[in-house]
Amino acid sequence: MPSLAGLFFWMNSKLENIKKIKVSKPLKLDCGKTINNFPLAYETYGKLSSNKDNAILIFHALTGDQFVTGTNPITNKEGWWTTAVGPGKAIDTNKYFVICANVIGGCMGSLGPKNINQETNQPYGLDFPVITIRDIVRAQESLLDHLGINKLLCATGGSMGGMQVLQFCATFPKKTFSAIPIACSSSHSAQNIALNELARQAIMADPVWDNGKYLLKNVQPKNGLAVARMVGHISYLSEKGMQEKFGRKLQEKADYEFSFNADFQVESYLRHQGYTFVERFDANSILYITRAMDYFDLSKQFKGGLVEAFKNQSTKFLVMSFSSDWLYTTKDNKDIVIALNSSGADVSYSEIITDKGHDSFLLNEPEFLKTLKGFIESMHEKFKNEKRI
Amino acid sequence: MKNLKMKKEFKVIADLLPNNIRVLDVGCGDGSLMNFLQKEKNIEVRGLELNKDNVQKCIHKGLPVIQGDAETELHQFPKQSFDYVVLSQTLQAFYEPDKVLKELLRIGKSVIVSIPNFGYWKVRTKLLFFGKMPVTKTLPNKWYNTPNLHMCTIKDLFNFCDEQSFQIKKVVGVNEDKTSLIKKSNLEIKNLFSKLGIFLIG
Repeated sequence: MPSLAGLFFWMNSKLENIKKIKVSKPLKLDCGKTINNFPLAYETYGKLSSNKDNAILIFHALTGDQFVTGTNPITNKEGWWTTAVGPGKAIDTNKYFVICANVIGGCMGSLGPKNINQETNQPYGLDFPVITIRDIVRAQESLLDHLGINKLLCATGGSMGGMQVLQFCATFPKKTFSAIPIACSSSHSAQNIALNELARQAIMADPVWDNGKYLLKNVQPKNGLAVARMVGHISYLSEKGMQEKFGRKLQEKADYEFSFNADFQVESYLRHQGYTFVERFDANSILYITRAMDYFDLSKQFKGGLVEAFKNQSTKFLVMSFSSDWLYTTKDNKDIVIALNSSGADVSYSEIITDKGHDSFLLNEPEFLKTLKGFIESMHEKFKNEKRI
Repeated sequence: MKNLKMKKEFKVIADLLPNNIRVLDVGCGDGSLMNFLQKEKNIEVRGLELNKDNVQKCIHKGLPVIQGDAETELHQFPKQSFDYVVLSQTLQAFYEPDKVLKELLRIGKSVIVSIPNFGYWKVRTKLLFFGKMPVTKTLPNKWYNTPNLHMCTIKDLFNFCDEQSFQIKKVVGVNEDKTSLIKKSNLEIKNLFSKLGIFLIG
């Protein structure tokens, strides 16, 4: 097995070959700083139709990337939303042109804290500006221009991807015909922030982190990053789902070892998730992206509240939540629906009954996928008609 | 046959509605009425539906529908946010139909409520002559599995609206393909011969 530093070097060299645009339009960030001439990495699937009525923009979640389906060329693993996106899937790449960009602040080719700061000729680390969900979304506008798309058929995403959907619709109300925010909320709760803080503190407590300067030594604070990932994984499963999956089952042993090794399957699962994650993710990116999520508060942005954020929407919404999701609950999602309703927007809502927790949107949940497919198909018909007129 | 009868009810409701307005269909089922109103009258429709299979059917048809319980979730719709609110054959299934009706009148400038008429002569005779809870085409369930908790007659709803000072603008009685206007003067007889009562209140 290659060393972690070697692995990172190898991944970075692979990152040279992925699709990227250079965004020349300066982007004034919410923190006050401006970024310009920055890289935005993306991937597309399927073909854009001649009258451009089939483009779907997918926003990825915290640890996702632009490689939605097929094989991720960097990690050689399956794309993160292969259950929903691909030929013949709910988001059918034979019919639709699917676009996904790596968020800024991320580590899959778009400008992020591991990029070289031109001023210092060193990786940004903590000199990278603190970004927001709005910054992340606004950075992606240029990509649509680059691809020649004035109006999307649909913008969708789950979790932090859903937040970006809401932000996108609020910031660019005319840029998409329909929108599907999934398992998200319009602002982070105290519990959401607390869990993110736990993840950040785990990273910062790792001595290797060194105030974010670890890249100078070509290392990763992998212990801290792995713990941060474990926190995430606990929050993605429901109590019942976890109990059913692991219970008190032991990991390939007949009895306790009377040690601190991973005796329980659930421990082994978390350790596995944690330590495979460090191979593909940058610790500082977790700090920046979780911060963006914590700062997200659509009501605060629009002083009159959430209803104000969705004023004059012609976009047709479908909001979906999962019954056992305790990270972004049905109530969080319903609050979005209520605001959309109050603003007079065209909104549908469906709660999927499942034990699989927040993770459900990434899994093979037939009812969820059927609803997703049905909605997009009907929107495609309507959008085609609108385009004809 | 059932389909035709359904369509008659929808036709009556559609005739009561002006074109190009905003309508909330509470308990919208599979969206048949919404579809009809959208296509025939260019009405901007929204639906509220409890049953998830029906919600999915609406979504597949491209009809905006919110999965939820009218008994507890009407509060999410702002005051007077719709021109009309339609409640088709569901009033009798609520725990507190009086409260639901008040909520509908808060949300809509006008409300259309249809009810299966428990005063219909066949219903009355079943109970009277056979001593059994009536099972008819409009009331197809047995006593133990009926969703209908608060059955009422056209006369009951008529009187209720009076008591509550809800303004009744129009009442239509439906029996198969025949419809007739119901007024205070013909209430007794229409209450006996209508299978359905459709009330325009507001």
